[in-house]
Parts: sequence; structure tokens; C-alpha cells
Amino acid sequence: MDAIHLEYDVDGKNFVSAGSATESVKAQLKGLGINPADVRRVAIAMYEGEINMVIHANGGKAMVDIFMDKVIVKLIDTGKGIPDIEQAMKPGFSTADEDVRNLGFGAGMGLPNMKKYADECIIESEVGKGTTVTLITNFS
Amino acid sequence: MTIKDLTNLLQGKELYVEEPDRTIESGYAGDLLSFVMGRAPSGCAWFTVMTNINICAVAVLADIAVIVVCEGCEVDENVIAKARQQGINIISTELDIFGAIKKIDAG
Ligand SMILES: Nc1ncnc2c1ncn2[C@@H]1O[C@H](COP(=O)(O)OP(=O)(O)OP(=O)(O)O)[C@@H](O)[C@H]1O
Ligand SMILES: [Mg+2]
Repeated sequence: MDAIHLEYDVDGKNFVSAGSATESVKAQLKGLGINPADVRRVAIAMYEGEINMVIHANGGKAMVDIFMDKVIVKLIDTGKGIPDIEQAMKPGFSTADEDVRNLGFGAGMGLPNMKKYADECIIESEVGKGTTVTLITNFS
Repeated sequence: MTIKDLTNLLQGKELYVEEPDRTIESGYAGDLLSFVMGRAPSGCAWFTVMTNINICAVAVLADIAVIVVCEGCEVDENVIAKARQQGINIISTELDIFGAIKKIDAG
């Protein structure tokens, strides 16, 4: 199987379409017959990253490469960036405002979930420039 | 227990149920979506009072068997439409989350 490359634009502050890129990737992986537990791990980690772009970064791009043995998800935004990545990774840390908290976001568990479910979670960020999150999940 | 059994037990209302005979394997209660994403087991019944459209994405991506909206919270037509479109089972009950789970525990 050749690598499959997928790209999505993720709308900022649009809570109705939020998650649709991840839903599409999940459907593709399922269609390829990838083991459901792996599909679920990819979906959870990618959703958290997609939602973070919607909430914290005014949207961005999702680039997904599916290989025989793994999937690499790259979430790229040009938002405000993360000043202290170590602090942002701590369970419970959140800068989400009241409006998004009312929707059920802002527990400060998104980045910890990415770390828990993806095999590798690499966060690169520059304040004022943006954030790139790379999630690598190996198929079991 | 199937989704149909659960709906009966909770005197619930089917908002959209595509798989009445699907077996519920476990349960999870909570309203903070990242907790649900990270902790809810696949195939579970998810008890919540959240009703915004994002509950559909969470249910699809975390392989949740059925969303149980508690406290009789009103669910918008557009949320039910999304559930229908994505094949998500969603019911509601007048019971609060504690009351609903107590009922299941009592059989
Ligand atoms: N793409 C991003 N751009 C800018 N800041 C971000 C981005 N992703 C995360 N952050 C920062 O890191 C914090 C922690 O992120 P995390 O996903 O763990 O929690 P949250 O999004 O606030 O809440 P939850 O994910 O539980 O709904 C955020 O509150 C935000 O300050
Ligand atoms: Mg988050």
C-alpha cells in the first residue's frame, strides 16, 4: 500500500464543524481495515488537537499520512502559540474562556490525552507565530 | 443490557436510536469532554447533561454506544439531526445522573 495523504482546513471558532477532519480520518482508517483500537487512539488524539486549533488558535490545517504500519497526523496553526509547553501539558492547565467552558471544553486534559493515546506527541510552538503538533500512532 | 432495555429502565425517550439491540458494555458519567474522550471506555453508555453539538463528535470518535442525556435536558433538533446522520444512539431521561445509574445498579 502506498502512503495515503489527506489534508483538511480546520475552521477557527466553528463549534459545529469542529471534529469533522478527525471524523473523516477515522472513517478512512476504518475503511482500510485498521484495528478498531488503533483507529480509536488516532481519533481521540487527533480530535483533541483539532479542537485545540478551533478553540485556541483560530483554526489551522490538518495533514495526515497513512502508512502500512502507522499514521502521522500534523496539526499546523498560525495562532498565538504556547508560551510554556511543559505547563500546557500538565493535566488541568487551561486558558479556555468561559464561553468554551460552557460547551464542556477547558478541562485541561486535551494535551494529556494526546500524550496518552498517540505513541509520539511532538509539540513545537512559537509565541505569536503558531503551533505544530505531530502525532504518530503505530498500528499494533 | 441493550439500549432498548436501558431506555425502558430509565423511562427514557429515544431521541434517535439506530441500534436498539446493541449491547452496552460499560458506563461513564461526566460533562467535561476531554475527560470523556480520555476515560470513557468504548461501547459504553455515557451519562451527561451536556447537550451541545460537540457531544456527537465525542460519541463517534470514542466509540460510545449510547449518549444518555439526564435531567430531562432539552436537546436541540440540529444535535438530533447530526446523531441521525452519524448513526449515534441518543436517549434522554428525566432522572439525574446519580438516579439513572442507581436504577441500573438495582437492575
Ligand atoms: N494550538 C494551540 N494554540 C495555542 N494554545 C494552545 C494550543 N493548544 C493548546 N494550547 C494551550 O494549552 C492549554 C492546554 O491545552 P489542553 O488541550 O490540554 O486543554 P484545554 O484545551 O484548555 O482544555 P480541554 O482540552 O480539556 O478541553 C490550553 O488551554 C491553551 O492555553
Ligand atoms: Mg484542548
